[in-house]
Amino acid sequence: MRSIPENKTLFQRRLWDRFMVGLLLLSTILVMVPLLIIIGYVIVNGISALNWEFFTEELGSPARAMQGRPTGLIHTILGTAVVDLIALIIAAPVGLGAGILLSEYPDHKLNPPLRIINDTLNGMPAILKGLLAFALIVKPMGTFSGLAGGFALAFVMIPIIARSTESALMNIPWSIREAGLAIGLPRWRVVLSTVMPAARTGLVTGFLIAFARAAGEAAPLMFTSFGNNYLPRHWTGMILGPVDTLPQRLYSLAISPYKEWHAMGWAAGIVLLVFVITLFITARFLTRVKKED
Amino acid sequence: METMLKNKKIQVTGLSKENEVVNITNRENGAYPVRMETRNLNVKYGKVSAVKNISLPVYNERVTALIGPSGCGKTTFLRALNRMHDLTRNASVTGEVLLDGNNIYNPKVNPVTIRRKIGMVFQKPTPFPTMSIFNNVVAGLKLVGIRNKALLNEVCEKALTQAALFDEVKDRLNSPGGSLSGGQQQRLSIARALAIEPEVLLMDEPTSSLDPQSSSKIEDLIHELKKNYAIVIVTHNLQQAGRVSDYTGFFFLGELIEFGETEKMYTNPAHKRTEEYLTGKFG
Amino acid sequence: MKKKEEQINNVLKKPVGIIYRWLGDRIFLSAAVILGLSIIFLSLSMAWVLYGEGSLSFGEFGFWGFLRGTTWDPGIQLIFGALPFIFGTIVTSVAALLIAFFPAMAIGIFIAEYAPRWLGNIIENLVHLIAAIPSVVIGIWGIFVFAPWMREKVYLPVFNWAAEHYPSLLPVLGNPMGYGMASAIIILALMIIPYTTALTRDAIRQVPKEQREAAWALGATRWEVIRMAVIPYARGGILAGAILSFGRAIGETMAVAMLIGNKNNFPFSIMGPAATMPSVIINEFREAVGSLHLSSLMAIGFVLFVISLIVNLLAAYITRKLSISGGQVA
Repeated sequence: MRSIPENKTLFQRRLWDRFMVGLLLLSTILVMVPLLIIIGYVIVNGISALNWEFFTEELGSPARAMQGRPTGLIHTILGTAVVDLIALIIAAPVGLGAGILLSEYPDHKLNPPLRIINDTLNGMPAILKGLLAFALIVKPMGTFSGLAGGFALAFVMIPIIARSTESALMNIPWSIREAGLAIGLPRWRVVLSTVMPAARTGLVTGFLIAFARAAGEAAPLMFTSFGNNYLPRHWTGMILGPVDTLPQRLYSLAISPYKEWHAMGWAAGIVLLVFVITLFITARFLTRVKKED
Repeated sequence: METMLKNKKIQVTGLSKENEVVNITNRENGAYPVRMETRNLNVKYGKVSAVKNISLPVYNERVTALIGPSGCGKTTFLRALNRMHDLTRNASVTGEVLLDGNNIYNPKVNPVTIRRKIGMVFQKPTPFPTMSIFNNVVAGLKLVGIRNKALLNEVCEKALTQAALFDEVKDRLNSPGGSLSGGQQQRLSIARALAIEPEVLLMDEPTSSLDPQSSSKIEDLIHELKKNYAIVIVTHNLQQAGRVSDYTGFFFLGELIEFGETEKMYTNPAHKRTEEYLTGKFG
Repeated sequence: MKKKEEQINNVLKKPVGIIYRWLGDRIFLSAAVILGLSIIFLSLSMAWVLYGEGSLSFGEFGFWGFLRGTTWDPGIQLIFGALPFIFGTIVTSVAALLIAFFPAMAIGIFIAEYAPRWLGNIIENLVHLIAAIPSVVIGIWGIFVFAPWMREKVYLPVFNWAAEHYPSLLPVLGNPMGYGMASAIIILALMIIPYTTALTRDAIRQVPKEQREAAWALGATRWEVIRMAVIPYARGGILAGAILSFGRAIGETMAVAMLIGNKNNFPFSIMGPAATMPSVIINEFREAVGSLHLSSLMAIGFVLFVISLIVNLLAAYITRKLSISGGQVA
């Protein structure tokens, strides 16, 4: 019956199959191992470097650490909170507005270019967003400032929020909008009081992811909020003057020549890692809860 | 017999004559050995029984049609015949399926070998869209390491000719399989199944997504193919089952209600349910 | 029902209702358009500002002259050429992608095709975690753990072996201090894996069941099904993921700046220090005092912008070009 010869036996083919599975598994392990090593090192070195002063004292000069006087990163933690919040306040309305335009007015002429440009902006290196904020804010103000840092991070957040808002609103069935319009609500009321509340889990998830991405960025802050070894005398100094942020401080500590500061770098590393990962896990958890609804 | 069929190929255009041929061959059914056979075959999805205790023969060089209302288990049964259920997470198969007397569910048998002996054509045409027409046809051969260009060419031409597609595509064998029309894609899928020279050909509603003209081409093709293969076809189209098959099995709620020669069943069904279904009272 | 109709009529009749409806919608849409436009404005201003700030340097050396210049001397000669950094960026990114592509794709295939669901979920979350770890955190591990380890276990043995047997290789290998091109490439490869993996997995999940079954029915083994039906169908997504990874590699700043050694002198060696476009900006921008130096760094930013733009648009184009819908190749 059969006229076709088989050049590969079934045994050979199954062997190859097993071999490829092995290769896939090996690749997976090969990537997982360094990941776990990194996390392990950060946890071990970070925890051993953490102490109470870390959360209560300001950094000061390197001499302070070398002489064993209490030193910490309270000014950095506060600065990070200020800069990240400024960024969120700037980015939230812009991202939401663009996301609403993309999803609620699907035929608007602006949408096709907006979508492409937004994605392109999202793909732009964060360091360029820092250069932009430097040129737009730092130069006119004549000083590095928390405000400039906030703008730089906002440029990181905006395209992410716009995209996630669009997809969160798109997930709401069109019939909900029609129901609202049918009872005579104007369009803007429909969006604000029926569509957005229905999509709030998705919206919050998008905000969290954008926030987490921006909170880990150091590059845009190096020449916008710049960094500061001390707590400003007045709280406005956090906004209008140079201010410390965790990612940027971590970099400065790591490349400094002082052993004591290296240890503080690890401590800053674990604080930053826990902060960012908590945001991501919350976001993923929210997505899962939403799926089960 | 052989010459008769050949003549038929030339002269038959309408349906009535095809039915004549079926009638003639049916009288000689004793000459056709059993190629495949199921014994007490059960398929369960989780705890739900989809196919219950079915024993059914498949004769060589004959077409066996499986009919019944949708959800009656006929497709599930067909997929059990070449162990496609191995791929479904919660499906379990018990009972025996014999191919030439050997149980294909024997743990020592590898499903990969079984599927090469029992070819399958699906409801939707499934050419590999990125592969050329040529590579689609010989895909099964390349799997077993055949690289001989002359042999591949020969097999490709033969399979495409058998699938009545060769003349339409011979000038563009290198264009992608996705560029063909729906009917052509389905014949390409058939050619691909034929290229590995299976012993049995399973067809799962092969014409359900096609236009009437393409469907009738596929039906003509089935008539041709049964000279060499045992064919099992699932269809929800009763006229089609009547036109193409020599034997028919009627499935209802996972059970085989009736099995027999198509002509007998259509003219004189033994069961009331069969009669009701054939006369359109339900389904 | 009647009540609702009355309500609607009341709203429509009232003049306040008309303002509320008509003006409200106008204002709402205008606000959304303005905010959308601000994103477009932001992106255009990025190009405009970077070019404007870099124009001093482009004027001094000429656009192509700046791109082709191999000397970067902010100290004495005040000559600025971007080629070493463009070269450093391209080489590190291409090499990182070459290293990362197959493992990244393999993880995506493993998650989508082989792993049981619980294991797949764990691996998927871990891969996402790689993308979530801040670049500086990976950088600090690189500086204090990875680079010293590589120096002791890999670079020095290789260097010593080469010194003994093939001394001519030494300039190519470069200084085995640990901070250099090779270390940066390996870390970069790890960091860009999630993007290719995520898009590979998504693309594989889009492959229709029928395609797989067709391959199974031809008597394919599991791997043969993947090779024959799954990967070709998912190729658009996989390739887009690779390009996206490449884009991330080009722009990745902190971890690279912390590991690459930051040396401006061209040509670079494999293990020795080098520099990329982002790393030189990070290293010199804060200390740059000369206006030509500052402008040159901005000009590098502009070049980085153009390259990123090309890579991003290419990814979008390829996704569209290679996506398969309904069995038809578009």
